[in-house]
Amino acid sequence: MSPASTAFWSVAETARRVAAGEITATQIVEAALARIQAIDGQLGAFLAVDAAGARAAAADLDHRRASNLPLGPLAGVPIALKDVLVTRGLATTAGSKILAGWIPPYDAHVVEKLRAAGAIIVGKVNCDEFAMGSSTENSAYQPTKNPWDPARVPGGSSGGSSAAVAAGLCAASLGTDTGGSIRQPAAFCGVVGMKPTYGRVSRWGVVAFASSLDQVGPLTRTVADAALVLEVIAGFDPRDSTSLDAPVPRFTDALEQSAGEVRGLRVGVPQEYYEAMDDEVRAGIARAAAALIERGAVMVDLSLPHTRLALPAYYLVAPAEASSNLARFDGVRYGQRASAPDLLDMYGKTRDAGFGPEVKRRIMLGTYALRSGYYDAYYKKAQQVRTLIKRDFDRAFQYCDVLLTPTTPTPAFRFGAKATPVEMYQADVFTLSCNLAGLPGISVPCGLTGEGLPIGAQLLGRPLDEATLLRAGAVIEATVGLGDRRPAGIGGLT
Amino acid sequence: MPALTRKEVEEIALLARLALGPDELDRMQHELGAILEHFGALAAVETSDVPAMTHAVPMDLRMRLDVAEPSLAPEVALAAAPRREGDLIVVPSSIARSDRAGEEPGS
Repeated sequence: MSPASTAFWSVAETARRVAAGEITATQIVEAALARIQAIDGQLGAFLAVDAAGARAAAADLDHRRASNLPLGPLAGVPIALKDVLVTRGLATTAGSKILAGWIPPYDAHVVEKLRAAGAIIVGKVNCDEFAMGSSTENSAYQPTKNPWDPARVPGGSSGGSSAAVAAGLCAASLGTDTGGSIRQPAAFCGVVGMKPTYGRVSRWGVVAFASSLDQVGPLTRTVADAALVLEVIAGFDPRDSTSLDAPVPRFTDALEQSAGEVRGLRVGVPQEYYEAMDDEVRAGIARAAAALIERGAVMVDLSLPHTRLALPAYYLVAPAEASSNLARFDGVRYGQRASAPDLLDMYGKTRDAGFGPEVKRRIMLGTYALRSGYYDAYYKKAQQVRTLIKRDFDRAFQYCDVLLTPTTPTPAFRFGAKATPVEMYQADVFTLSCNLAGLPGISVPCGLTGEGLPIGAQLLGRPLDEATLLRAGAVIEATVGLGDRRPAGIGGLT
Repeated sequence: MPALTRKEVEEIALLARLALGPDELDRMQHELGAILEHFGALAAVETSDVPAMTHAVPMDLRMRLDVAEPSLAPEVALAAAPRREGDLIVVPSSIARSDRAGEEPGS
């Protein structure tokens, strides 16, 4: 089996063919490893390729099939994991030098779920350090290129995930989304990215960034694949105190039953999200809206008046929580340690040497905001503003079932284009509110710009209503999605 | 909201356990000041009657039973420690010793 022939098989097709015995998991994995070997030198998506582990898992799966044992819904599907998900026996860095060389002794909950479902973990993919960034330029290890145009970023922080999926180096990837880190890179790379409801997917074994916002979700090439992977990873886990004890619907059934129709679906169009964006992005979202109307949806103009406060609220809450979460990286129990004569000095030198500029900036910002005497003015104020933002959404969902917005104001930007931290933060302007309010969100491709860059349409929904987002997303995909168009920006990609 | 003084930046760096060099402190003072300016929009919002959000999605605080459960074996849990002696993790003294500058105990 040549590496190219299976590269763009969907998750569902791969699992079906493996289960049917049309191809072995070993053949799928060998093709994926060969393609990674051939292309990733130019792309820079992978931080670690687990060839031995993937081969062993594939051989085990093939043995199970030969023995007529159950295979699981993701049988033989090659999946790459954002390097903030801990993996037993496989280096996990969170894109940071401070964790260089760390081999976790356990698997994250979602990794356990994937393995149990028959998925094959092919490796760990790049991200902004500790998931802090919007371009993957903050990785301490390497830049990752956008497969559609290698002069541009793949988005972030799950940029290794979006690039690897877009380039056909894996069938799916798991990312994390704290302020848009699944949806924004999905939009930039022309793939589907879903951020589930806060609490829907366990974070046990996820390197924490901002605990009131973080959520794990899939990046895939199709909406149906996002449904399938989400079905596997979602569900209650007592090891995560914020895990929701709510039933997980059969998302794939919901998609099939809707059969590409969204008759009567009320789609909210919040005016604040349409004030400033690139003209070609605006045209892409208009196409997505037209597609939904054609399939029976009704558009509802409405307002989310506190939207402009989401960016400052987010950049207080997230750094404040990060400054607390990242206190654990102190050179004592794991990770790198700087040599110093006393303990305080060792902490300071270890953290100064181990963290990159953006992580230090956010730790400083968060420490400032949480300082005695400043808490009410900053963190508490931001949490009060979060309540106002949440109320806006609650009110909006009285009049509509989903909200349609652009995922990003522009298509993928060039490396180095964002000169200041604040400019970079503004890349997340349309995705942050969803995290502040704990809502589910999805980004679905809705065409290409004149320069051949993907555009993403974002749908936001009520808590735990991922099924409606998937149904509406499938309509956009079927009508104005990318179809068989593949990135050609990296040599050898076909 | 006020811009940060150099002294404030040094204090925050100490609280954050970041041994930043002089150039980094300069850069931080400038960058954090610029970021804090953008937070000014929040100060103007009337929130006296607005509760601070605790959870974005309604959820109960869960407690687990206070019972011992299987966990990592000491050897596994300690495997990544930068320095150890037996089942102990070794760290530098919490009291500075000028005669051993730059060294850790046992090095």
